[in-house]
Amino acid sequence: MTDRLTPTQIAWRAAQDIADGAYVNLGIGFPEMVARFQPPGRAAIFHTENGILGFGEAPPPGQEDWDLINAGKKAVTLKPGTAFFHHADSFAMVRGGHLDVAILGAYEVAETGDLANWSTGPKGVPAVGGAMDLVHGAKRVAVITEHVTRDGKPKLVERCTLPLTGVGCVTRVYTSLAVIDIEHGHFVLREKLPALSLDALQSLTGARLHFAGPVADLIVPEL
Amino acid sequence: MDKSVPSLAEAVAGIGDGAVVMIGGFGGSGSPIELIHALIDRHTATGHPTGLTVINNNAGNGHVGLAALIEQGMVAKLICSFPRSADPVVFTQKYLAGEIELELVPQGTLAERIRAGGAGIPAFYTPTSFGTDLAKGKPVAEFEGRPYVQERWLKADFALVKAHLGDRLGNLTYNKAARNFGPLMCMAAATTIVQVSRLVEPGAIDPEQVITPGIFVTSVVEVPHPAQEEELNRAGAIYPEPAP
Repeated sequence: MTDRLTPTQIAWRAAQDIADGAYVNLGIGFPEMVARFQPPGRAAIFHTENGILGFGEAPPPGQEDWDLINAGKKAVTLKPGTAFFHHADSFAMVRGGHLDVAILGAYEVAETGDLANWSTGPKGVPAVGGAMDLVHGAKRVAVITEHVTRDGKPKLVERCTLPLTGVGCVTRVYTSLAVIDIEHGHFVLREKLPALSLDALQSLTGARLHFAGPVADLIVPEL
Repeated sequence: MDKSVPSLAEAVAGIGDGAVVMIGGFGGSGSPIELIHALIDRHTATGHPTGLTVINNNAGNGHVGLAALIEQGMVAKLICSFPRSADPVVFTQKYLAGEIELELVPQGTLAERIRAGGAGIPAFYTPTSFGTDLAKGKPVAEFEGRPYVQERWLKADFALVKAHLGDRLGNLTYNKAARNFGPLMCMAAATTIVQVSRLVEPGAIDPEQVITPGIFVTSVVEVPHPAQEEELNRAGAIYPEPAP
């Protein structure tokens, strides 16, 4: 029995909620995996901040065009219908409410919808990129994350302790254990792994879980 | 009118100490490597320019292009969104040693500040960064019940930009995602210097395909087969090349 989902499985689950034709921005790193699991018959159009809509997968090694990269600076490819645009247009798409979904990683998510995902504190070189822009404007801002940190601390909390990326911006969280909506300042549990008790899930969550209707089983294929 | 200049050295000759310089590119894509290296060559030969304020999305990668400009000690301040890369050692060391100032700006805000600078808009409101450390000290106002942060325009003395085709009137096209900050920076600098892969006669670019109209461009220099930062880094390049 699965005791927690792998990152790949979390990405799979998040992909199931993306509609055909949706305009989607995937954060750098872990969220990029979501693109691999679009359900059959659906094709989202992916946006990357540096100025491409509708790009394709990575090219084979040796065939990269370094003028054709994504926000993670990895090489991508053209597809029929790809569009290029400059950075101000790109962020007009972001902040102007034109994206349907943004899926981001997180250090902490609060029950208020606050997100911390850009800085672990004052040490080192600070870097923000497009994170603070992406949390504003998309119709849905979803987070995919492990449910707890490597040392077992909850990542879903009452209030973030790390520097904020945005206030009240996250609408849904896909974790290694559950799918949780954020509504009116509460975590509302929608799905959880069948083998996991509500008490166990609550003990791994840093804020109270609320309920609105039945909790579905979170069932994800082995990947 | 002919905005073309015959050499890179001539193109960057007017950039003096303390200038504010926008440099196009997102990582290596669109980075005007040859223009940057021409500026480094001038510094090697004359000791100038120094004390530059550079505006770029990033802070260089490896030891070429923007990273090399920083490594030469020519940059006093960097305004950027993401000073990390596969090999950010040059900026990281200077920053941690307190030898370079950093103004960190969210990426979309950086783009819009540059656009505003070029469009004659001194300030604007954005939802980005509200309630975060990067909004500290900035005015906030509510519109339709939501809070927005006031941001100010960014302008520069010079812009160094890489484009694909350029005609003698300064009309430009770009190559794929190398467009990124180019059209914005061309607008926002008093003097805009563009390297193009191919210099063409007026009329050779279909007016429907012009991305940056020539009014935003001061000079154009042809650099056929421009270097890609990523490829230079994969080859372990260092600029200037160390003496053997």
